[in-house]
Amino acid sequence: MSQRRRRAGDGPAAQHLGEVLPLARKLELYYWMRLTRTLEERLVALYRQTKVVGGLFRSLGQEADAVGSCYALEPRDVMSPLIRNLGAMLVKGATPVEVLKQYMARGDSPTRGRELNIHFGDVGPAGATRGFLGQISPLGDMVPVMAGVTMSFKLRGEDRVGLVYVGDGATSTGAFHEGINFAAVNRLPLVVVIENNGYAYSTPTHRQTAAKQLVDKAIGYGVQGEQVDGNDVLAVYDVTKRAVDRARRGEGVSLLEFITYRRKGHAEHDDQSYVPPGEIETWAEQNDPLDRFTRVLLDREKVPAAELAALDVRVQREVDAATDLAEAAPLPAPHDALVGVYADPPAERPLWFRAGADTSRLGRERAEGWGTFDAAPGAR
Amino acid sequence: MAAITYLEAIREALDEEMQRDPEVFLLGEDIGAYGGAFKVTDGLFAKYGATRVIDTPISEIAIVGAAAGAAHMGMRPVVEMQFIDFIANAYDMLTNYVATARYRAFLPTPMVVRGPSGGYVRGGPFHSQNPEAGFVHTPGLKVVYPATAEDAKGLMKAAIRDDDCVLFFEHKYLYRRIKGVMPAGDHVVPIGRARLAREGTDLSVITYAATVHKALEAAERLQQEDGLSVEVLDLRTLAPLDDAAIFATARKTHRVLVVHEDTRTGGLAGEITARINEACFAHLDAPVLRVTAHDIPLPYAPALEDFVLPQVDDIVTAARRLAAW
Repeated sequence: MSQRRRRAGDGPAAQHLGEVLPLARKLELYYWMRLTRTLEERLVALYRQTKVVGGLFRSLGQEADAVGSCYALEPRDVMSPLIRNLGAMLVKGATPVEVLKQYMARGDSPTRGRELNIHFGDVGPAGATRGFLGQISPLGDMVPVMAGVTMSFKLRGEDRVGLVYVGDGATSTGAFHEGINFAAVNRLPLVVVIENNGYAYSTPTHRQTAAKQLVDKAIGYGVQGEQVDGNDVLAVYDVTKRAVDRARRGEGVSLLEFITYRRKGHAEHDDQSYVPPGEIETWAEQNDPLDRFTRVLLDREKVPAAELAALDVRVQREVDAATDLAEAAPLPAPHDALVGVYADPPAERPLWFRAGADTSRLGRERAEGWGTFDAAPGAR
Repeated sequence: MAAITYLEAIREALDEEMQRDPEVFLLGEDIGAYGGAFKVTDGLFAKYGATRVIDTPISEIAIVGAAAGAAHMGMRPVVEMQFIDFIANAYDMLTNYVATARYRAFLPTPMVVRGPSGGYVRGGPFHSQNPEAGFVHTPGLKVVYPATAEDAKGLMKAAIRDDDCVLFFEHKYLYRRIKGVMPAGDHVVPIGRARLAREGTDLSVITYAATVHKALEAAERLQQEDGLSVEVLDLRTLAPLDDAAIFATARKTHRVLVVHEDTRTGGLAGEITARINEACFAHLDAPVLRVTAHDIPLPYAPALEDFVLPQVDDIVTAARRLAAW
C-alpha cells in the first residue's frame, strides 16, 4: 500500500521517523485521529438537528494525513489548514468547543459568528499564540500568505517553520503557483502539502491536471518533492518531519503529496452521485486510516485493546462536554456586526434607518427655502 | 528647503519610514538595484540592502499575499505594483483575503500597496488605469490618491503607520511635473481628510489626483472670463471619504461639480453625488453634475486619449452650465 518515494538526500537507509516514535507519542497520534472523527460525527448529529448554521465539511478517511503531518511541527511553528484539516488544527491546539461554537455561529466563537466552520486561527508571536492561520474560501490563497509568514521568520532570523495545506484542486489555481514559486525563489522555510483525495467537489483529479502525479510539480518549482501514503499516519509523520527539518536547516521549500481519499462529499449536502459504484466502500473497508493505525498499535506495538478503548471513552467524554458548553453559548449581539472592520475607526455607524431615525425631522426637509435648510449634522 | 518632485516626495517618505521603523520593508518587481520602473525606490536598495528592498517574481498575487502574511506577523510591508493596472491580478487577494482579515479573523494587516496610476501619459489600456472605485467599494481597505508632492509624502507616511491595508495611488502624470517644499519635521498627513485647494463661493468642484490641477486651471479661467468664484476640494483620501468636508462645501456654494479621471459608471462621483443628495438636498440650487472619463478602455493615440479623458475645457463647460442653472 505504501506509495512512499524518496528523493536524493535522505539516503536509502534513512531511519523511519514515524516508526521510531515512542509508544506514548504514537498513542497521541491515535488520540488526535479519534478526536477528529468523533468530533465530526458529533457535528453530523448537530447538523441533522439544524444546530449547525451552515454547511458541514468532513475529513472522514483523511484523519491520518492531517494529524500525522501537523504532529511534525513544533508549537512555535505556524500551520495553515484546509477545510479537511480539522485534525491538524486540533493537534495545533484548537479545541472541540471552539470548533462546535464556530459551526453553531455563537457569539463567543473564535470569530464571534463572522466566519464559518473551521475558518479560524490563532497566529502571531511564538509562545503567545498556538500557531494556526485560518483559511479563506478561495483555494490556494493561503500559499502566498504562508510564504509571507515564513518570510517574516527568515527576515527576523526566527527559528520557525510554516506548513500550508492545499487540495488536489487548489494546485490548478494561480495563487498556488505564484505562492510556491515565490517561496521557492526566496528559499523560505515552508512545507507545502497537497492532500490528493481524488476529488475537488465533484471533479476528479484527472480533470484537474494532466500531470501523472501532483508531486511532479516539485521539479518545475525546483523544490524537494515527496509522495506518501496519506492514510499511513506514521509514514505521513516521517515524510513531513523530514521536510520540516530541511526547512529549519535553511534548505527551503518542500512539496509533499499525500495520497488519500475523500469518503464523504464536498460537504454534507453532497450526494456523491459522481463517484463510481463501490469506490467509497473499497476505501472504507480496506484503507481506513484509523483502522490501519489501530492494527499497528494492537499487532505490532502490542497495545492492549482496553487501552485504546479507554482513549475512545476519553474522547467521547471530551466531545460531550464541549457540546454542552457550545450549546449553552450565547448568540452574537446584532450590533457586533459593525465592530472591527478597521482598527480606526473601531466601528461603523449604523445606517440612519437602523439608528432610530427622526422621520418628522426628515419630513421637514421639504424646505421653506432652497439653500437655507439646516439638515441634521452627520446625516448621510 | 528646496522643492522636490511628487515622485521624490514618495521616495523621501519611504526612506524616512524605513529609517524610523525596522519592520518596514519594500516588496515588488524590479524595485531593488534597478530602483523600480519609475525609479521611485531608487537608492533604497543601496541604503537598506536586499532584506529590506526585495525584488520579486512577476506574481502580484504572491506579492500581496506574502505582504499580508508578513504583516500578520507584525511587519509593515510596502508593496509596489509596477503599474497599478496590474493590481487587478491581486484583486482576489486584496478583496477576499486582506480586506476581510481584521473583521473575520482579528488579524492586523498593516500594509501599503502603492503604484503608478492614471492617464494623460499616452500609456494605452494597461498603463493608464484608475481602478480605485472597486477598492473603495470593498469594506476593509483604505484608499488614498494624493494630488500634491506634500500630500504624497505626508499620506505615504500615514499609510505606512496605519494599522490596516492602505492602497496608495500615485499619479504618474504628476510624478515629475509638480514639485513642493516639504514641511519641516515628521510630516504626516492624516488619512480621511480632504484639503481645500482653492476657496470660492459660487460653485464647488470636488475632485482628486491629477484632475485637481485641471480643476484649479479651470477655476482660474472661470474667475477671469466669467467672474465666477470656484471652490476646489481635493479629496486626498477616497476611503474613508471626508463627508464633513464634502457637505461643508456643498452647503457653502449650493452648486457641486464632481470631477474624476476614472470612468463614469460606477465611479466615485456617483457615490459622492448620492451622499450630497441624502445629506444636503435642501441646500442645493442645482443638481450635482459630473465630469468624468467616458466609459471606454483608455486608448493610446493622443487624439483618442484626450477625447476620452476629462480636460480643463470640459470642467469649464460643466461649471458654466451649473452656474447658470
